[in-house]
Amino acid sequence: MATPPIVGFGAVAAAVLVACAAAASSGRRWSPEEVETIRSLWIGELEPLPADPSNRYADDSAAVALGHRLFFDTRLSSNGKVACATCHLPGRQFQDDAPLASGVGTTTRRTMPIAGTAYSPWMFWDGRKDSQWAQALGPLESPVEHGGTRAQYAHVIAEHYRDAYERVFGPLPDLARVPRVAGPVEDAAARAAWEALPAADRENVTEVFVNIGKAIAAYERRLQPGATRFDRYAARLRADGRAPAGILTPDEEAGLRLFIGKANCTQCHNGPRFTDDHFHNTGVPAVASLPEDLGRAAGAKQVLRDEFNCRSAWSDAEPDQCTELEFMVPEGEELIRAFKTPSLRGAADRAPFMHAGQIATLAQVIDHYDRAPRAPAGTTELRPLGLTREERAQLEAYLRTLVAPIDADPRLLQPPRR
Amino acid sequence: MEKGFGTTRAMRGGAWALIAIPAVLGLLYLGACAPMMALMHGRVERPAASEFGFGPRQSARGLYVATIEPTETLRVRRMHRLRLTLRAADQAPVEDVSITIDGGMPEHGHGLPTKPRVTGNPGPGVYQIDGLKFNMGGWWELRFRIASAAGTDSVTFNLEL
Repeated sequence: MATPPIVGFGAVAAAVLVACAAAASSGRRWSPEEVETIRSLWIGELEPLPADPSNRYADDSAAVALGHRLFFDTRLSSNGKVACATCHLPGRQFQDDAPLASGVGTTTRRTMPIAGTAYSPWMFWDGRKDSQWAQALGPLESPVEHGGTRAQYAHVIAEHYRDAYERVFGPLPDLARVPRVAGPVEDAAARAAWEALPAADRENVTEVFVNIGKAIAAYERRLQPGATRFDRYAARLRADGRAPAGILTPDEEAGLRLFIGKANCTQCHNGPRFTDDHFHNTGVPAVASLPEDLGRAAGAKQVLRDEFNCRSAWSDAEPDQCTELEFMVPEGEELIRAFKTPSLRGAADRAPFMHAGQIATLAQVIDHYDRAPRAPAGTTELRPLGLTREERAQLEAYLRTLVAPIDADPRLLQPPRR
Repeated sequence: MEKGFGTTRAMRGGAWALIAIPAVLGLLYLGACAPMMALMHGRVERPAASEFGFGPRQSARGLYVATIEPTETLRVRRMHRLRLTLRAADQAPVEDVSITIDGGMPEHGHGLPTKPRVTGNPGPGVYQIDGLKFNMGGWWELRFRIASAAGTDSVTFNLEL
């Protein structure tokens, strides 16, 4: 009566073979866990834009219009040639396709894209700023980016934007005693002029400077990532795991399976923005010609003492609204050469890659994660993945489905009308 | 002669190796290799399902019993507030206590992305914890080091995000 063991073994083996064949097929059927993970990456899961309590003008449409004009204005630079839009090109996802950004000089980092940053608690690759408006002020005073001073920028506002500025922020202070070049910058003469100014004048100039940042942030807040081919797929993926046909190719589907599985990408690139908003050491090589870059280990110190952070007098937030800053990790081994997880939305179209453009192609990025090389300093979080050549190609194919035009009023993607 | 004898021994050895090497490799693969690979990949044994949850959990030396209660469902990338309730072994609420918090993902070898701490003491033996965040899905440990007149001890919660 008992089933001969050999028949039982045969049946089990056949069942295993069928199961394996199904798993290896085009990937049209997803498990409940996979469905949940895919849905968590869908743009439809993006929450309504959170308020920015540090910027009371964040959602003011007159501030958006002013910020739009300022973003494209090259008068906000020491040589009259550099605007935000010089490196953040609207037609190129607000970045510049270069390994290192070039303003009046050359920086040590890759230009970051802007869409969706209103959701980010930390700005820059090292998170040294904690709001969009505080971020916007950094390059303006950097000697290699805009290269100017806050006194110069306040005069530009007074001369060219008085009405638009006063409609949003109220009366401009009197700048009669303020020299054209003065600010707490590297340049010794500009710094000396700044220190010679009475405190009240320094305060007035800084107020105008901060409001420039808040207007630019209001503009940037309107730039959001657009829905991609992957999002159409995720939107139509059924709860029972049946995938919609004709949206992703079998290779792209296989790449998605790797992305949420074997390749561990969602460890950091999770949620609808494909970022955990945190900092990781992934063993990215150092650039020999650049000074040592400690990443978050340096950025954490900078944001805590930043003149414009959430707890500063220039922030509109109540101290209890600064939870990210309040509970951030200030130091430690894990911060060494840790850099912010970039969103992967649009990333396939943003070569070169990494914080100093160290990796030229997407295929090489995938190869880097597959090999998991030793970090030049600190410890990499990566482990070798053991991907086959075919799997690496599939992963790349999937990443290329994450590209879409920016979701914004089309007028905001063009230089403003004068 | 000696040379010939030696050759014969080597040949016998070769025959043994034909059987022994695959056997040893097989055993290594089935037994030793898996834990070794796990170690190389920084993997640690995941606790049983019954070890997960908000407690009550006893501290390592048995000095305290701790329960946690998030104010909302724990979700990835959100800043959370917890209530931690501490009782002594005799069920008395634990007062005048110093609590430090750490944790992380044992499978990935990293700590918490934030530095949560006690921000309030809303009732006897009840402590409010703010600034807790999880930046990825999976198994997280959340550890409280507790020091009071009763002694120093720690309690670890296993959470699945």
